[in-house]
Amino acid sequence: MDYISISNLSKTFQGRDRSVPALQDINLSLSRGEFVCLLGPSGCGKSTLLNSIAGFIQPSSGEIMVDGKPVREPGPERGVVFQEYAIFPWMTVARNIAFGLEIKGTPANEIRDRVDTLLDTLGLKEFRDRFPKDLSGGMRQRVAIARLLAIDSPVMLMDEPFGALDALTRRTLQDELLRIWLESGKTILFVTHSIEESLYLANRIVVMTYRPGTIKRNQIVTMPHPRDPSGAEFNELKRDLGQLVMKEQERHTSDEMKAL
Amino acid sequence: MSAGVKSLLRGIAMPFLLLIVWEATCRAGLVSPIMLPSPSAIVVKWVEWLRSGELLLDVLGSLGRVTGGFLLGAGLALPLGLFMGSSPRIYEYFNPIVQVLRPIPPIAWIPMSILWFGLGNPPAIFLISLGAFFPVLMNTIAGVQNVDGIYLRAARNLGAGRSTMFRRVILPAATPYILAGIRIGIGTAFIVVIVSEMIAVNNGLGYRILEAREFMWSDKIIAGMITIGLLGLAIDQVMNALNNHLLRWHRGMES
Repeated sequence: MDYISISNLSKTFQGRDRSVPALQDINLSLSRGEFVCLLGPSGCGKSTLLNSIAGFIQPSSGEIMVDGKPVREPGPERGVVFQEYAIFPWMTVARNIAFGLEIKGTPANEIRDRVDTLLDTLGLKEFRDRFPKDLSGGMRQRVAIARLLAIDSPVMLMDEPFGALDALTRRTLQDELLRIWLESGKTILFVTHSIEESLYLANRIVVMTYRPGTIKRNQIVTMPHPRDPSGAEFNELKRDLGQLVMKEQERHTSDEMKAL
Repeated sequence: MSAGVKSLLRGIAMPFLLLIVWEATCRAGLVSPIMLPSPSAIVVKWVEWLRSGELLLDVLGSLGRVTGGFLLGAGLALPLGLFMGSSPRIYEYFNPIVQVLRPIPPIAWIPMSILWFGLGNPPAIFLISLGAFFPVLMNTIAGVQNVDGIYLRAARNLGAGRSTMFRRVILPAATPYILAGIRIGIGTAFIVVIVSEMIAVNNGLGYRILEAREFMWSDKIIAGMITIGLLGLAIDQVMNALNNHLLRWHRGMES
């Protein structure tokens, strides 16, 4: 059975004078342990899809099942990493990581051990008692990832998590994420508009169309990790996907022109 | 000379000059000591007031009323503000009353408060709590309404229930606003305590300077005014320290 299964999912946002069809008839399945990237231009509904799985958005029709249970509301078994980091600025790094465990009522000494291990794994040791304001974007996102690893969410939903980072920091975090994924076997759904990022990370790339969001292609990527972004196969796929995405991007641009 | 010492000297220069001119004017007999007593006379009077033990009682009296009234007012405003800020329905119920009552200055409540509570501490505490209530309430509502939705979503995602959400997300996120409200509230409470002591009780700094006026003790009036100023400054310093400690995580505290 599929671990995550999305069937006939549609979502229409009701505006004051018009309604925007964000998702239309999405059917998508993820197996346990898959790393899937949702790829598409802005406005293709990829974040809407991710937020529906997270339980933040109620779909207009269709159903989402995760591990055999229908999604009704947000929950720790579907952890989210937000683009804006969303770690709590009033908590130290250690308290941020401990937060989910404290909610669960995990004993204090267990929390301490778990937090220490995660600080170590993610290279955050010397930031233990710092507040987020003292951290760079890359370090903040490490805390956000550690926060989910702490509660051991089997599913990680990542919404352009590295979008605001510089290229070098992004690559480092991509490598860390791959390492965590390979070690933990978590199921990851990762939203991005970067073709290169999706090719560097995913088992499978789901290309979405611009408004209404539908699935245009399911691209399996079989290259073994670590992948070489200058390799022939990488670039061939990149060119191929690039053409697909560009076509959608053009529709997005012409829509924007019309709106002016 | 270091920049710090220079700046300190500059800061002292003007008050010092003013005191010399003031003292000289009085010594030369240019103004009557009732209209404007000399600085030295004020200091003498202040020391006398301090030695009699009356000053300490007055300061403690005023401080006690401010503390009591503020804790009562803020203690009621904080939970109400949290509820009004987080529930649109509760907001709809209470907002019209709040909007009508809020512009009434606490001073305007004096006649009714005396009718309701008589004389003594109860009307004073009532007026002070009223002065502290609205600033804390308004800022708490604004603070809660302005909590960035991303933190609420992140907390729900991590499994936070209602009570955890309130205590560990909404309350700390709203703290910068709430503390600003508390600061305004204490300021208002301090104004109101002096006024209420002038009408309802027979000790405290407000009572004492009005009493001194009846005997034309201008030196004691000014000594009292300066004491009120110093007390206000001290309260502000304590608030500042509390602010810096509670908001040490806040971006605005970086500089």
